[in-house]
Amino acid sequence: MSDLILMLSVFAVAFGVGYLLISRVPPLLHTPLMSMTNAVSAVTILGAILLFTIPSGAGYKIVGMLALMTAAFNLIGGFVITDRMTRLFKTQQDSHLKSEDRGM
Amino acid sequence: MDNTMTLILELAIIALLIVGITLFRTPRGARWGNLTAAAALLAAIVLVASTHRIVDVSWLVAALLIGGAVGIVVAVRVTMIQIPAMVAFQHGAGGVAACTVALVELTRSGAELTPLGEVSGYLGLVIGAATFSGSMLASAKLAAKIKQTPTILPKHNFALLILLAAIAGLCLTASASTGSGPIALLIVALAASVLLGWLFAIRIGGADMPVLISFLNATAGLAAAFCGIVIKNQLLIACGATVAASGSILTAVMCKAMNRSFVKVLSGNKSVPTSVTRPAAPERPAVPRVVRTFAESMTEAKRLLHEAGSVIIVPGYGMALAKAQFKVADLSQRLMQMGKKVSFAIHPVAGRMPGHMNVLLAEADVDYELLREMDDVNGEFAATDVVLVIGACDVVNPAAIMKADTPISGMPILNAHEAKHVLVFNLDERPGYSGVPNSLYDEPSTILLFGDAGKTIGEVLASLEPTPRLEGVNV
Repeated sequence: MSDLILMLSVFAVAFGVGYLLISRVPPLLHTPLMSMTNAVSAVTILGAILLFTIPSGAGYKIVGMLALMTAAFNLIGGFVITDRMTRLFKTQQDSHLKSEDRGM
Repeated sequence: MDNTMTLILELAIIALLIVGITLFRTPRGARWGNLTAAAALLAAIVLVASTHRIVDVSWLVAALLIGGAVGIVVAVRVTMIQIPAMVAFQHGAGGVAACTVALVELTRSGAELTPLGEVSGYLGLVIGAATFSGSMLASAKLAAKIKQTPTILPKHNFALLILLAAIAGLCLTASASTGSGPIALLIVALAASVLLGWLFAIRIGGADMPVLISFLNATAGLAAAFCGIVIKNQLLIACGATVAASGSILTAVMCKAMNRSFVKVLSGNKSVPTSVTRPAAPERPAVPRVVRTFAESMTEAKRLLHEAGSVIIVPGYGMALAKAQFKVADLSQRLMQMGKKVSFAIHPVAGRMPGHMNVLLAEADVDYELLREMDDVNGEFAATDVVLVIGACDVVNPAAIMKADTPISGMPILNAHEAKHVLVFNLDERPGYSGVPNSLYDEPSTILLFGDAGKTIGEVLASLEPTPRLEGVNV
């Protein structure tokens, strides 16, 4: 029972805090925001790692590998793309400094 | 490490993630925000790996290296116009991770799970699997690998309900049975969930894609949070819930921007006639449309731009498809060098995911301070000399606010029609995604320049160039 309350509170608090924070993000940055939270949703990788804490048969290992690979793909790919996008936003003052980013 | 220490570290990691999101309030901060969030997740991985004894380390490392390497290669190669398809694809990968983790936990430690853990496990399995297939379908639609329009099957709602009931039944049976039953039942439930996601996403398309992709963002987070409950990991729950909140907000923002209810979007309830039925007697404007040849329109357009003091550019997805954003960026530069006031008016649903147009323009080196939101810029059209509509249709269609009973009636638009002159650079006169003919084209103040926007704008730009080529202008 205490488990239920604890976990539901963690969920509710995180959802509320997330809501408050994210509703302040300007529409200009909605795509990078979604791309970043997309990477964060790959936090399932923690669960995938925990699958490897108990010795298990080949079947479980393969499913565990699948979970790890997809989560790692989502996590690393998501942060890399978001980084590429956020580097694109600049003003005229700084654009001449970083013109090599253009046309990627 | 004792439990208190772990808890403190977990809280620190969540605080780091919150700092990362907070930094997303300005474009300059966003880059650091992303790196901060990445650092938070890296710390979470290190914490989990170091507080548990890992068996089969080589398997684990191999999987991480393969998944990570593929992620980097794809992320570096993808173009900005492909971002929505890529993000959808990643949501799908996240869905696979969530449903496989849930599957393993349910089958391996089913008997030890608390009722809460068990329910969460089933939810993680179903939502993860549905997110996977829904996202893959969305990604294929966004990449134009399959038809982008909504497909509504006969008895679509009924099929969805039956499927949901079947999945619930399978999970309940699996939960009640012992022995080797559950694995088989869970795999059937998983397959049914994949079908559920597919049925769900197939009837959303076209201009509703930003809603679908935001919603899938929310479900991917939700699936992660449920996995967290199964394995009793607070970090996973907190991160998953934050992502679910983010996806929910963006879904609501997109629905509001189109004046569409969430239920209408999900039910594929159109705004979108697949076969467009034009109104029998379209209301003709009081002044008949001025008919000009393309050459005459072009001469007039060049003259107007030379004389204009203020210019607002309205970009749409058509501009991105024509890859005209680089030419448009050059044109805006040139106009500013000529001393004109220039800004870009961005409709919230322009592009294929929330905020996509801003990224496409940023890629073309448009100063982000010139990008204006709809509510902010709408009051300025009336005092503007020239509006350039480039590859946009529905978002400037006055029918949305002037006519009742069209699929876009009530949708907020950019008030381009209020400007003194409007230059339309679109491929042709065809209605946009909504299927509603654009009454802006009939206004006497509008000059139509149909054709490839990149070419047409290039021609306009050439007429404004004092010297053959400007320093720093390269495409």
